Amino acid sequence: MNVQTAKTMNWFDKLAHPGQFLIWSRYLVLPLAMLTTILFAVGLWYAFFNSPADYQMGDTVRIMYIHVPNAWLSQFVYALMALSAIGTLVWRHPMADVSMKAAAPLGAAFTAMALFTGALWGRPTWGTFWEWDGRMTSTLILLLMYLGLVALWRSFDDQLRAAKLIAVLTLVGAINIPVIKFSVDWWNTLHQPASVLRAGGPSMPAEILTPLLVMTLAFTVLFLTLHTVAMRTEILRRRVRSLERQRAKGA
Amino acid sequence: MTDVLGPHAIFIISAYIGVALVTSAIIVAIASDARRQKARLNALETMGIRRRSDANRDKSA
Repeated sequence: MNVQTAKTMNWFDKLAHPGQFLIWSRYLVLPLAMLTTILFAVGLWYAFFNSPADYQMGDTVRIMYIHVPNAWLSQFVYALMALSAIGTLVWRHPMADVSMKAAAPLGAAFTAMALFTGALWGRPTWGTFWEWDGRMTSTLILLLMYLGLVALWRSFDDQLRAAKLIAVLTLVGAINIPVIKFSVDWWNTLHQPASVLRAGGPSMPAEILTPLLVMTLAFTVLFLTLHTVAMRTEILRRRVRSLERQRAKGA
Repeated sequence: MTDVLGPHAIFIISAYIGVALVTSAIIVAIASDARRQKARLNALETMGIRRRSDANRDKSA
């Protein structure tokens, strides 16, 4: 094989090959980081200076602008991990397990923040920080799943073997996501029912929906930035480990 | 603060501060992890330990 006969890479190869991913993802990081900063600036301005207090719960509605994005992302990140898990198991996509591993700690952070902000919103609104109802219990379970997956990655020396097991466990745990989403419909709960992603469209006025959507976008782009960097780091980490193994053999 | 953010201002402020802290923490953690791996890779390269694909590139050059 020489330069003329070697296969040229199509777009899918460029996505799948870790070395190629490192090359093109480099140009994503700074733009994503800048976009994140701008979105947070705009979102926070809306949240504190350009949105009204709610007629029922007053200014505590402003907690929604950080609670809901984190809650949505905690589920979205798990869904992404589940998709990556399918990529690992079905197609043995080389970047799929990198994506799964990089996403797990981020998902855990978003879930923790959702529970934290939810508790602080619940106290003035419902009179309690916590209730063992469907939504809160299933979200706590989600957090424990995330932490379990992070711990499992660290407990394996061979990351490629870890990937298969963790992919299966991730898919098993994916049942929790629809449970979280529909828990407010299925069971008695303090938590309010869906008011944005529902049949019939959002039931929120635009003045409150706008900061919510901007902050959601901000947190989402933040996740995309951090996920990209974490995937790049994971590829480098694996290179370092194989080189150190090489060095140990040579010594 | 209560006249600006209502009687439950402490909850609002605590929520935002908590989120700011955790968000900063994950940004710092990810950035420093990235820097650490790059440094280890550079250190290995200085020692002359390279990946086979890099070595082949040097040979054909």
